[in-house]
Amino acid sequence: MFAVAAVAILASLALAIARAIAGPTLFDRVLAGNTVGTLAILLLAVFGFLTGRPEFLDLGLTYGLLNLIGTLAVLKFFRYGDLAHDDDAGDRAR
Amino acid sequence: MRTISLAFILYVFWLVLSGYFKPFLLIAGAICAVLCALAAGRLNAADEEGHPNHLILRTPTYYPWLLWEIAKSAWSVTKIILHPKLPISPTMSVVRASQRTAAGIATYANSITLTPGTITADVQGNDLTIHALVADGATDVEGGEMDRRVRAFEGGA
Amino acid sequence: MTLAVDIASWVLIVLGSFFTVVGAFGLVRMPEVFTRMHAASVIETLGAGFLIFGMCLQAGFTLVTLKLLFILALFFFFAPVVTHALARAVLHAGIEPKLAEDRRAAAKQRLAASGEGRQP
Repeated sequence: MFAVAAVAILASLALAIARAIAGPTLFDRVLAGNTVGTLAILLLAVFGFLTGRPEFLDLGLTYGLLNLIGTLAVLKFFRYGDLAHDDDAGDRAR
Repeated sequence: MRTISLAFILYVFWLVLSGYFKPFLLIAGAICAVLCALAAGRLNAADEEGHPNHLILRTPTYYPWLLWEIAKSAWSVTKIILHPKLPISPTMSVVRASQRTAAGIATYANSITLTPGTITADVQGNDLTIHALVADGATDVEGGEMDRRVRAFEGGA
Repeated sequence: MTLAVDIASWVLIVLGSFFTVVGAFGLVRMPEVFTRMHAASVIETLGAGFLIFGMCLQAGFTLVTLKLLFILALFFFFAPVVTHALARAVLHAGIEPKLAEDRRAAAKQRLAASGEGRQP
């Protein structure tokens, strides 16, 4: 039964990667990348059950935390061209 | 008080992640949790906004309703995706959040975004710009039932 | 009893797989970036939720279940943050969504007329 879930998640991954390649804008790619991250966590969990090794869940948790930070960092970088940008400083200056 | 509850939650997180219950690891986890909680206190990260522990006990009043809403709207989005004609009518609107605290507004905005079919696209003070997949979704949010429930959830804080 | 739990978890896992594939299909099918976000949020809510609850039933009452619930809580709190950040970034990049109906101006006027919002 976990094999069915694994196949479904792999098919979804393929569709998400197709969207990442097709674009057309940067934000479509970021969205697709974030979806790939989500699906990878699910795939890690399912794979842990499939092989009877639940240690994969720890990898999934770590990947989930990194996925959030990574997506936000990419968005911030492409908006300001700077990862240490202080948005509040701009608001105060205005 | 907030520092203690934050340290407790961090310690539970440590225990769940480690899964070993040897004395050395238990003590090391306790020390790490307390140090992290103290550091968060010095960073002012454990205030009413960053660690809203007064809301934890109130979750049963709001989250079950939210989960049911998510399930309903996710099903309707699923039907739209699988519909051969793709009957979407994207709509943007502005709604006002009536919550008084930052945590309340964040809860409301996140609830809107978490519900498939509606996204909070911008926040200016109390005014949330929302994007809905179909016009009915925007009308539902403008109706303000979720707003009232989040305000009740936020309580007298 | 075990059989009943097994069947329930299978049903949940199949449902989760179904919603995951539907969400990814919507990601490819939707016409522009805002509408794609709605499709992606189906994966993050119903797809992930059903799959993880199904796996919880298989794991029984162990540490694995707690970890799975932590992952679910992670989705529950972080998915809207990312989606909101993305939507905001798209708006600030000057990409206007194709809309069937734009109620922003009218709603703003109505809110300004009703007055007394707490402004930062």
